Amino acid sequence: MFRVARLIAAKDLRVEMRSRVVTNQVLPFAAITMVMFAFAFNTDSVVNKVAPGLVWLATLFSLLTLVQRSFAIESADGAIDALRGAGVDSAGIFLGKAVALAAQLAVLEVLLLLTAVVLYSAKFRLGGVVLLVTTFVAATCGLALVGTLYGGLAAGVRGRETLLPLLLLPVVAPVLIGATRATEAALGTSGAVVADGWPWVGLLAVFVALFGVGGTLAFGPLIEE
Amino acid sequence: METVVHLSNAVAVLGQFPVLAGVDLTVNRGEIVLLQGPNGAGKTSLLRLCAGLLPIERGEATVLGCDLRTNREGVRNRVGLLSHANGLYADLTVTENVRFWGATVGASAGEIDAAMQRMGLAQRLAKVPVSRLSAGQRRRTALACLVARRAELWLLDEPHAGLDAAGRDELDSTLREATTAGATIIVASHELERAGALASRVVDIVGGLARERAAS
Repeated sequence: MFRVARLIAAKDLRVEMRSRVVTNQVLPFAAITMVMFAFAFNTDSVVNKVAPGLVWLATLFSLLTLVQRSFAIESADGAIDALRGAGVDSAGIFLGKAVALAAQLAVLEVLLLLTAVVLYSAKFRLGGVVLLVTTFVAATCGLALVGTLYGGLAAGVRGRETLLPLLLLPVVAPVLIGATRATEAALGTSGAVVADGWPWVGLLAVFVALFGVGGTLAFGPLIEE
Repeated sequence: METVVHLSNAVAVLGQFPVLAGVDLTVNRGEIVLLQGPNGAGKTSLLRLCAGLLPIERGEATVLGCDLRTNREGVRNRVGLLSHANGLYADLTVTENVRFWGATVGASAGEIDAAMQRMGLAQRLAKVPVSRLSAGQRRRTALACLVARRAELWLLDEPHAGLDAAGRDELDSTLREATTAGATIIVASHELERAGALASRVVDIVGGLARERAAS
C-alpha cells in the first residue's frame, strides 16, 4: 500500500510540476480571493478580526479546484479505469493522491498566510507558533483526505464539476470551524489565548483519523462503482 | 497447449440488462483471437469480464488459472485491458509513463528499458511528453506500458481505431511480436479484413453469444 502511495504521490507532483496549474492558476486564484475579501470588508479592524476565517475560506475554495484537477488528470485518458483494471491497490491510490494534494495545499496555505499578513495586518506571536503549525498540518491533512475521498466519488459521475462543491463543502465545515478557531487562538485575534486553540486541534485530529481510516477503506469500492 | 481463458456458458448482466447470454470460449497461450460483431453485441463486455472488471452472473469463467466467480481481483494485475482510452498521463514523457505503469508491479529498470525497446520508443520518443504524440505513438506507448506491467493476457478494444495505415501496420507487427514473446491477445474489432488477417481465430459475438468461425 505504501509503495503504491509513494508512486502515485510522486506521479501527481511530477504532473503538477510539468503542467504548473497550481502555480499559474490556483495560487493566483487564491490571492485574488483574498484581495476580494479585503475589498468586501473594507475596514482594517473588521478584516483583521476575521483574517483567520478568510484564510481558511480561501483555502476551501482553492481546494475545490485542486481536487478537480487531481482527478481530471486521472480521467482525461482513462487512467483511473486503467489503475483499477490493473489491480493497483486502491488504498495506496487514495493515500498517494491525498499526500500530493496535501503538499499542494501546504504551498497554497503559506501564500495565503503571507497574504493575510500583508493585506489584513494579521500578526504572528511567538507563543502561538506551535499551535499555528499544528493547526495547519492537521487541517491540511483533513482537507486532503476528505478532498481525495469525495474527488474519487465525484470523478465517475456526470456533472462532477458542480456536484463536488455540493458534496464536499458541508463535509469540511468542521475543518473550517476548527481551523479558524485554532488559528484565531494562535494569532490572538478576537482576544483569544493560545490555550483556547488546542481543543479545536483535537477536533481536527479526530477528523483526520476518521477520514484517514474511512477513506482508505471506502476508496476502492467508490472507484469500483 | 496451456489454456489462458476458459468460459463456459458465461452470463453477465449490466444493471438489469444481460450483456453476455451464455458465452463459451477457450483461448490458448500465444493465440490472437478476434472478437467480431455489431455494436452492442457484447464484445467489450466480454473483454471486461476476462479482465475481472465485470462480474459473472452464471456459468464458469477461468482466466490465467483464476476462477472469476471467486477471485476477480486476482487476475487484474496479470491482464492488460486497453480500451478506447490509453490510460496515459499527457504531461509526463513516454519514459515516465512506462516507468510509472511498470512500477505498479515492481518492474526493474531493465524491464522498463526492454519494454521501451520492444515498442520502438527507446530512442527518439523517450523524452517526448505524451501530449505531443500522434494517436499511433500513444497506442504504442500504452502497449509498452502493458509489456512493462508484465501483462500475460492483452485485451484490446478497437486497437486500430484512430490510426493511419502506417500506424496500423506498426501495431499489427507489434502484436505478432508480443505473441512470440508469450503474450495471448484478444482483440475486439469491426475491421474483419485487417484484424482477421492478424488473428489465428475469429469469434463472432452476436446478441451476447459467441460463435466460432475459421479465420480467413
